Amino acid sequence: MTHFLRRPRWSPYLVGLGIGLLSCVTFLAMDKQLGVSTTFVRAVGAAEGLVSPEHVSNNAYLASHTKGSGLIDWQFALVLFLAVGGFLSAWLARSRRGPELPALWKESLGESRVRRHVFAFLGGALVMWGARLAGGCTSGHGISGTMQLALSSWVTLAAIFAGGVVAARLLYARGRA
Amino acid sequence: MFEQLVSDPNAVLLGALTGLVFGFLLERGNVSRFDTIVGQLLLRDHTMLRVMLTAIVVGSVGVHGMIQLGWIDGIAIKGAQLAANALGGATLGVGMAVLGYCPGTGVVAAGAGSRDAWTGLLGMLAGAAVYAELDPWFAQNLLQVGALGKVTLPGELGGSTLGWVVGLVGVGIALLALLPGRARGTGAAT
Repeated sequence: MTHFLRRPRWSPYLVGLGIGLLSCVTFLAMDKQLGVSTTFVRAVGAAEGLVSPEHVSNNAYLASHTKGSGLIDWQFALVLFLAVGGFLSAWLARSRRGPELPALWKESLGESRVRRHVFAFLGGALVMWGARLAGGCTSGHGISGTMQLALSSWVTLAAIFAGGVVAARLLYARGRA
Repeated sequence: MFEQLVSDPNAVLLGALTGLVFGFLLERGNVSRFDTIVGQLLLRDHTMLRVMLTAIVVGSVGVHGMIQLGWIDGIAIKGAQLAANALGGATLGVGMAVLGYCPGTGVVAAGAGSRDAWTGLLGMLAGAAVYAELDPWFAQNLLQVGALGKVTLPGELGGSTLGWVVGLVGVGIALLALLPGRARGTGAAT
C-alpha cells in the first residue's frame, strides 16, 4: 500500500474510476456536485466588497454570488483542499514541481520565464472568463454535467476541446511532432 | 455580502475532504501537468481523455442508477444557454491551451509547486472580476440565445435516459479502447 501511494503515476482508468465514484459520493452523501469556478467569483466578490460594498451590491452578478451566510462554503473548501491534495500527492511521490518551464512550452516558445508568466496570467484570465460565460468549467460542466446528460454541459465540453485543439495547434506548431 | 467567513462547518469539512481526494487523484493521474493537458490538445497524449471518459461513464451509471433506486432525488444540471456555452467553452479551451491548466487542475498544480500555475490563478481571479463587470450586458444579450432551460440530451433530442446511458457507456468504452497510444501508470488493468 505504501509502495502504491509512492508511485508517481497511477493508471488514468483508475483515476477516472476514482473521480466517477467520488462524484457519486458527493451526490449521495452531500447533495453536491464537483465544481470549481463559482468559487473564484465568490472570492473576487468578497475581495471587492472589502474595498467597495456598494460596487458589489450594485452588480447583480457579484451580488448573487456573495449571498449566503459565509464566504467559505462546500465548494470553496473543496477548491482550497484541491491544492492540499495536489501537494500531498506530489510530496508522497517525491514529484514536487517548481519554477522549471514545461517541456512542450520550451520547445515552441523558448526559455523566457517572463514570457511564460505573462502568458500564464492571460491564459488564466481567458480560462475563467470563458468558464463564467459558459456557466461552469472542466469540472462542473465537463464531468458533473456531462454525466447527468445535460445538454449545456456537452455543448460546453465540445467547445472547450474545439477551442483548445485549434489554439494548441497554432501556439505549439513549432514543437516537434 | 457575507456575514461571516465560514458557512455551515459540516459542509465545509465535507467539501475539504472531497477536495483533498479530488486533488490527490488529479495530481496522481498526471492531468494537473501542462505537458499532459497541452499534449492532449495536440492529440499526442490521451491521458486527459482517458481520465475524463472513465469518470463520465462511471458517474453516469452511478448517478442514474441511484436515481432509479430512489437514493437521490434527481439530476441538478445547469440551464442551456447554447451561445454562451459555446463561446465560453471555446474561450476556456483557448485559455487552457495558453495556460496549460483548467481551473481545477490549476489549483492542484499550484499545490504541487508549479510556479506558472500560481500566476495562472491570479489571472483566473482577474478573469472572474472582468466577467462580473460584463455579465449585465451578457445577461441581456448572448445569454438569451439558445436559452432552453435545464434540458438534458434525452429531454431535448428524444430517446430514453436508459438508452442514452447505455449508449454513452458503449461509445465511451469503444473510444477508450480505440484511443491510440498506451495508458501509462500503476494500478488497474493497463
